[in-house]
Amino acid sequence: MALELPKEKWVGKIGQVVIGALESEGGTRTSKVAMGGATSLPFLGFEGEYPNEPPIGMEIFDVVREDYPEVARKPFEDVIDDPGKWAKKCVEEHGADMICIRMIGTNPEEENRSVEDAEQTIKELKEAVGVPLLIYGSGDEEKDAKVLEMASNVMAGERCLLGLAEEAAYKSISVASMSNDHGIVAFSNLDINLAKQMNILLTDFGVKLENIVMDPLQAGLGYGLEYSYSVIERIRLAAFMGDKILQVPIMCGTARVWNTREAFKEDAATGDFTSRAVFWEATTALSAVLAGADALLMRHPDAVRYVRDSVKNLYGGGEQ
Amino acid sequence: MALTALDIYKKLPQTNCGKCGFPTCLAFAMQLANKKASIDACPDVSDEAKELLESSAAPPIKLVKVGSGDREIEMGDEVVLYRHEKTFYHPVAYALMVDDDSPDIESKVQATEEMKFERVGQEMQLDMVAIHSKSDDPAKFSSAVSAVKGKTSVPLVLVSQNPAVIEEGLKACGSKRPLIHAATKDNFEKMAELAKANNCPLAVLEDSGLEELAELSKKVKEAGVEDIVLDLGKKPLGKLFQELTLIRRLAIKKLFRPLGYPVIMFAKGEGASEGLEAAIGTLKYASIVVMKEADRAIMYPLFTLRQNIYTDPQKPIQVKPGIYELNGPAEDSPVMITTNFSLTYFTVAGDIETSKVPSYLLVADSEGLSVMTAFAADKFTADSATELIESCGIADKVNHKKIIIPGQVARMSGKLNENSGWEVVVGPRDSSGLPKYLREYAGA
Repeated sequence: MALELPKEKWVGKIGQVVIGALESEGGTRTSKVAMGGATSLPFLGFEGEYPNEPPIGMEIFDVVREDYPEVARKPFEDVIDDPGKWAKKCVEEHGADMICIRMIGTNPEEENRSVEDAEQTIKELKEAVGVPLLIYGSGDEEKDAKVLEMASNVMAGERCLLGLAEEAAYKSISVASMSNDHGIVAFSNLDINLAKQMNILLTDFGVKLENIVMDPLQAGLGYGLEYSYSVIERIRLAAFMGDKILQVPIMCGTARVWNTREAFKEDAATGDFTSRAVFWEATTALSAVLAGADALLMRHPDAVRYVRDSVKNLYGGGEQ
Repeated sequence: MALTALDIYKKLPQTNCGKCGFPTCLAFAMQLANKKASIDACPDVSDEAKELLESSAAPPIKLVKVGSGDREIEMGDEVVLYRHEKTFYHPVAYALMVDDDSPDIESKVQATEEMKFERVGQEMQLDMVAIHSKSDDPAKFSSAVSAVKGKTSVPLVLVSQNPAVIEEGLKACGSKRPLIHAATKDNFEKMAELAKANNCPLAVLEDSGLEELAELSKKVKEAGVEDIVLDLGKKPLGKLFQELTLIRRLAIKKLFRPLGYPVIMFAKGEGASEGLEAAIGTLKYASIVVMKEADRAIMYPLFTLRQNIYTDPQKPIQVKPGIYELNGPAEDSPVMITTNFSLTYFTVAGDIETSKVPSYLLVADSEGLSVMTAFAADKFTADSATELIESCGIADKVNHKKIIIPGQVARMSGKLNENSGWEVVVGPRDSSGLPKYLREYAGA
């Protein structure tokens, strides 16, 4: 008796978003990143396409907060005050596929760096690395409007992702993204309906669906990871079942892990804190990928390496 | 797939005799389909129909128990592919593997026995020990089993394909119902005999493909073993992942009985790499993951992952209402209030910890709803907050009567002040604003 394998025939296909523009395309990037494009659940190539191994971007800041955890700081001790060098190290030593800079220093409630200062940072970053860039504001709506407009212009022709568009603040960032043909990251807070709503708001405003990447909020391990896991699974299944507005790539970050003291505090009872923190981040990232994330943003080089190896192993051996 | 009322009706005598207590066979069939009646109520049903109905009522993945006493483990009996469809019922068991010729076998088991964590009110510790007959020597295996048994009462996995070795191991094990690992196409007759004679669950191992694995599990079942566990064998992770998914789908969507059993996997690699394979098994359908190491820094996050994934999505985890002390508070420390949805509590507690400001956090019983939802649903009100302030004894711990409430529920401040007599301070709208807020509050 031949065993009939239960393969799913999905009707939907996730759009593919490519970021980074090479010299031949009018940019200065030396590599590009493609995310999405799947017609099968992660690593189930026997029933569809899963064409792009999820790229891993590494996150840096324009200014590092004083209380940034030691474990995350240590691998970059020598470069952490210089975003360009920090990015270069991520790319050259740790193989980051892309770099995401969070411009938290521009927040009026923090360092309130000027738009001119921010411009300098982004220009340096652009020179320092050839991988595609993601530029995130600080979460202050008014300031972000200026910072991201500047970033869009400085990076004109480079095909970046700008973030984060939120329900309460998406218009100015949408304009910044559209004016120079950048992509945009649509953030929603752990809710499939909100995720959908964000994509509708953006497309109604004129952003093309093929320029949107969704960030449905990756909660950290132990702090609601199961909600993220199920929200991502539900978004992905809805997209495969034909919901066009959700057929965009999902990107997840591990930022929350680095706000979770349980992950990195000194506590012998739960093991060496560096190993624990690295594994905490890696587990958070890997669970996002298995739920359906098409791209990752991470912090610790060892966690990046472990996740990259696991993803390669998952990709290997099976029928793809 | 479950039988419909019509499928069942076709198998009934169709005499409408009423002896079952229902007026017609069709009415009875509808009750059967809804699992509100038992086929035993029909005196005239054929044996064939009875067997069909009983087998279709069996869960898609058989419930298999390993071990004995209070450390017994239940696995299988899952009903969905995705946890949001219902829930995952039986958490994956983590097993530590020891070799029978290892000199430090006792200390290794002792160390894992001492490794206990508590998180969100749940105790977490290693669930099983797998003893691998590396020596292939029955006497050596037997003494290893005895040594392990002397150190722990967790269920054991006896790992050898040599029936003579397993036989000695079973003797040393006594009536502990270990999992025998494993029956292969070469030894399954003898292994099945041993499993039957000792009333033990039996793992069947076949790495050449799902069809071959199904053939083997059928043979083992025909030999009289009911409690079966599947092992897909050593293969590249990507292949294993796909087969784990296919087995789950075959069992749940096709009710394919020969693969309707829990699955055991052996994680490859070392340290974090091994840990991540275990994480993959946890997320996607393994019932036992065997590991060679059990480092606390890996096991603690892994247990946390299991705790997360096996949470019932319909029932939010709640924390106990009451006073929580963060960062070592004193009598002049600020007092805050939030609700008892675990995610809310953890987020707020995490942000307070980040602030490093010694604080008291009062957690109100909102039946597991977040602050905004609870407020909208009248589960977190000025009245319930007052009741908590008065009943929890916070007034005896601090020398002030000032309470910080979430910014989202600023509207309750007047009434709360009136009811409780406490001065109400409106905090940030989002918990992420707490570190800055508290530092300024404490500094002022």
